[in-house]
Amino acid sequence: MQISFTLNGRATTVDVDPATLVSDLLREQLNLTGTHVGCDTSQCGACVVHLDGVPVKSCTLLAPALDGATLLTIEGLGATAGSNGLHPMQEAFREHHGLQCGFCTPGMVMTATALAAANPTPTEAEVRHGLEGNICRCTGYQNIVIAVMAGAAAMHATSAGE
Amino acid sequence: MRAFAYHQPSEISDAVTLLTSVEDSKVLGGGMTLIPTIKQRLAAPTAVVDLAKVPALKGISDDGETVTIGAMTPHAVVAASPIVQARIPALAQLASEIGDPAVRNRGTLGGSVANNDPSADYPAAVLGLGATIITSAREIAADQFFLGLFETALQPGEIITAIRFPVPLAAGYAKFKAPASRYALVGVFVAKLAGGVRVAVTGAGPGVFRVAAMEQALNGSFEPTSIASIKIDAAGLASDIHAEADYRAHLVTVMAKRAVAAASR
Amino acid sequence: MGQVIGIGAAPKRKEDQRFLTGRGNYVSDIKRPGMTFGVFVRSPHAHAVLRGIDKAAALAAPGVVAVLTGEDVAADGLGSLPCGWGISDAKGVPMKEPPFPMLAQGKVRFVGDMVAFVIAETLEQAKSAAELLSVDYEVLPSVVGVLDAVRPDAPQLFDDVPNNVCCDWELGDKAAVESAFRKAAHVAKLSLVNNRLIGNPMEPRAAIAEYDPGKSHHTLWTTSQFPHVVRFLMSALVLKLPEHKVRVVAPDVGGGFGVKQFHYGEEAVITWAAKRVLRPVKWVADRSEGYLSDRHGRDHVTEAELALDENGKFLALRVKTLANMGGYLSTFGPNIPTNLYAPLLGGVYTTPAIYCNVKVVFTNTVPVDAYRGAGRPEATFVVERIVDVAAAEMGIDRVELRRRNMIPKEAYPYQTPVLVQYDSGDPMGCLDGALVAADVKNFGVRKAESARNGKFRGLGFSTYVEACGLAPSRFAGRLGARGGLYESATVRVHPAGQVTVLIGTHNHGQGHETTFAQIVSDKLGVPFENVDIVFGDTDRVQFGMGTYGSRSLVVGGAALSKAADKVIVKGKKIAAHLLEASEQDIHYESGKFSVAGTDRVKTIEEIAGAAYVPHNYPLEILEPGLEEQAYYDPVNFTYPGGCHIAEVEIDPETGIVTLVNYTAVDDVGTVINPMIVEGQLHGGIVQGVGQALYENAVYDDSSGQLVSGSLMDYCVPRADHLPMMKVATHSTLCTHTPMGVKGCGEVGTIGSPAAVINAVVDALSHLGVTHVDMPATPNRIWRLLQNASLPVAAE
Repeated sequence: MQISFTLNGRATTVDVDPATLVSDLLREQLNLTGTHVGCDTSQCGACVVHLDGVPVKSCTLLAPALDGATLLTIEGLGATAGSNGLHPMQEAFREHHGLQCGFCTPGMVMTATALAAANPTPTEAEVRHGLEGNICRCTGYQNIVIAVMAGAAAMHATSAGE
Repeated sequence: MRAFAYHQPSEISDAVTLLTSVEDSKVLGGGMTLIPTIKQRLAAPTAVVDLAKVPALKGISDDGETVTIGAMTPHAVVAASPIVQARIPALAQLASEIGDPAVRNRGTLGGSVANNDPSADYPAAVLGLGATIITSAREIAADQFFLGLFETALQPGEIITAIRFPVPLAAGYAKFKAPASRYALVGVFVAKLAGGVRVAVTGAGPGVFRVAAMEQALNGSFEPTSIASIKIDAAGLASDIHAEADYRAHLVTVMAKRAVAAASR
Repeated sequence: MGQVIGIGAAPKRKEDQRFLTGRGNYVSDIKRPGMTFGVFVRSPHAHAVLRGIDKAAALAAPGVVAVLTGEDVAADGLGSLPCGWGISDAKGVPMKEPPFPMLAQGKVRFVGDMVAFVIAETLEQAKSAAELLSVDYEVLPSVVGVLDAVRPDAPQLFDDVPNNVCCDWELGDKAAVESAFRKAAHVAKLSLVNNRLIGNPMEPRAAIAEYDPGKSHHTLWTTSQFPHVVRFLMSALVLKLPEHKVRVVAPDVGGGFGVKQFHYGEEAVITWAAKRVLRPVKWVADRSEGYLSDRHGRDHVTEAELALDENGKFLALRVKTLANMGGYLSTFGPNIPTNLYAPLLGGVYTTPAIYCNVKVVFTNTVPVDAYRGAGRPEATFVVERIVDVAAAEMGIDRVELRRRNMIPKEAYPYQTPVLVQYDSGDPMGCLDGALVAADVKNFGVRKAESARNGKFRGLGFSTYVEACGLAPSRFAGRLGARGGLYESATVRVHPAGQVTVLIGTHNHGQGHETTFAQIVSDKLGVPFENVDIVFGDTDRVQFGMGTYGSRSLVVGGAALSKAADKVIVKGKKIAAHLLEASEQDIHYESGKFSVAGTDRVKTIEEIAGAAYVPHNYPLEILEPGLEEQAYYDPVNFTYPGGCHIAEVEIDPETGIVTLVNYTAVDDVGTVINPMIVEGQLHGGIVQGVGQALYENAVYDDSSGQLVSGSLMDYCVPRADHLPMMKVATHSTLCTHTPMGVKGCGEVGTIGSPAAVINAVVDALSHLGVTHVDMPATPNRIWRLLQNASLPVAAE
């Protein structure tokens, strides 16, 4: 079937078998491999993208759900803000060493930006709760939590300055 | 994934027709269970009937006595709904504790209730509040709806369209979250309604169930202490690597007390 | 113009830009022209005779390119997956080493054992065809636990391995220990289980292979921590290929933790298959498949006894362990519960006599091998638990008992009775620092506050040491290593002065691209931004043993440091020529070569320019170019350690244990990048906390099925399980590594399980609880509390 949607700000039309996961569509058909697949039970969150502005697990989403929708992946995030191509949340992860192997990072950052968009000043507990669907095996989460709080503040400061 | 035909009807009647006319067709709500099941080749439907574009399945309304929630309403929308937060805050809280944020943005009320996973949260609220399941064919009282492990009163081709929840005098939900899956290892929903107290337990057994002894005690006095010494029988409860049956039985009492305490606040 | 960023600074990581923007290059991201897709058919049975495989239906399925089985492997005369270590028992009898075929032959020995490989045009076609493969199994009784496996009537995995015992290994002076126990005023005893773990790097394993018939050349992309070792083992021992015709690439790898430091059968099968079908073949594991095939970790059952004199001085330690090897010997398998375990039983204490017996046992489970810490967390858990048991039994404060037995700083280098000699350390300093950082003096106030809320609060200590920086080759060889454990690095200074480093370690989260660039920037005085680190490709990097055992900085960084020194040595010769001075008069500092006592200077950029444009150059005595290589083989292990203090709160109603505070003061030697070191400590600690509170790989005793088969049932810690940790370093310098570094990748995981469980036991000690096995799940705690309320049974 043919579906049309906005992908990272661009109108996109693809021909896709309806029995296709969005994660597979992105990775295999559209060569956007930043969205990762780390499990088969919808637990790990490495595949999180924004569908119409809210975080969803692209490994548990059929491609037809994209028709008429707006999809944002990690590849499109930096393009939405910032001078060096990094979104304030990406910048905060870099600044606070919120990543090590990088595999969970795209999903973690996408969840974090959505969290911060909904709650500009999250507490540590709110951040930890908000990340319950994203598993990181490297960092022990400490620097991720710090990065999300800092990133939220930076996103807020950026938008307040506009 | 293995190929299947995909349908996206906009009317409930069309969805019913598709489900009854195509053998091995499956209804797709939020897909939080169906999609992983297909992905892992545990199911191979010939057709998937996606309810996402059926407008009649969405929306939350309040008629003073009851709150009615469309079957395709995602958990996150229920959790954030001003109506639900004002009228049945325990239900909003329950919705906010399902899965994780991304799951809550896709998973739906109707999907969860129709699936009747023995560890799902919503069945506890539906049974605990004595809600009414509205389907494409009829209305079913919660007490008649849940028939055990993944079994419900739904007939083939019958679709949940909405659930009507009575507004309780007080209600509380306490969940012991399984640390990995985030499902309820044990979850207890307690509601004080005009007709009396209802206590519904999820996670502990092969399906959601009520605890009559606790309901009686709470009808006497709606206090955690009223049920502190009521122990439920471990026989028939689930036992697995996370919780043995007698531990689950113990947790039912603990979570019930906490649900009452939450309801009393 | 960028600046020099050297040792001790904390620049942001070079690797982050690509990871943050979704531009990493992981194996599963790679596509090759004409690529086919492979699926492994795995045994659903724990133990069965493989009576026959009928390929017909699978071969006839749409899109199928090939179906390969163990018979095809045998027909091609291919070898068995090798074990890299050969251990022996006390009499010198070598371990039993049954073959480990890359696809099962004759029998399957665990759920997940590979039976066939199905290749098709698409992944879905391969999966569908795999379901059509008809495998005739004669199911046999199976055994999954070590205690059951050594019983005389246990199912036997191999005909020639009686009682499933691979090796009955020992270390230490048994007679001295027995004599010490006879004199002891007190003997503390402890039986414990070290729970089985699954490593769970977030990137599942994957591989792609292709074959170029024009050049008779194989390429394998694989999620590996040690591509050169994969190439060597696979070429020389399994596929019997000339090594120069095989390229192994491990690009960005999404975490390892040991899981990716073995040569897996999948790698060999895919490489072999790509030549057979003359098409690229790709395989990506899903998480649940990984659980059935990634090597597992830990899984010990141990009896320990500590002999003490009347003052609490440790006289001797005796440890008996049954260690699970799973169904076959993996790459490092038998080395982990022996050589990486028993030598650490001295801990940070002056225990004069130690004896350890380890029975290494086969069972019908996934092969067990190294997982972060590998042997050393198990040893630390034994030592730090039994010290607490002894303290409680003798009525001596736990910290005081540790102090009485601790090796004083001035006693280093310290020879233990179990082979290793600690070169440096200050366990007392780490302990003192941690006591302050953890605010131990106000613990009573916090405990009382918890009690007011109906909670039990406990404090747990772990003062520990580990051995890492694997390893001195000669020493390892004596212990049974079948390879060397050095590392190599090349420093290539380009004509304009930028630098490329080619190094044999592998970066999969540790920040090598940043840390190693700091070392080069520091030594050669070149801007940090002008240094790039290349790793993970056998066609680009000369050689290497890879990354594991906290060795990258210690051994690889040392090789890099030596190579940079060689660049400086050559640079001085060039400078002497250019500056018309004697080489002895050239002074080098921070990228500048000067004639001592003058203002005549050549920068490293000028030196590089002269080396590559050798118009004015001493060609008679010196080769052009500025590139140096060094191999480094350490003279000893390094011995990081420290003190970890865990604070937990227990809800007696539910049994839930909450980690509320965690403090670590670690001695990791010289710190190159404190930001990265802290990150390594955080992650390591949480993996240890996971073992202590959440993680457990559980097999069903009767069926041999893995019950904790997915992330739904195996609990990797989440953000909401954890508090903010306090980590700090208290460093003494390693005396034998070039920069004084000790390594920091594993310390967190080694120190933490004991600290957490000691805290849990402390919280419950008023109820008579003396030990809690890992993981301390709510169910387990509740059960203990139920039993604690009953009268204490006589022994």
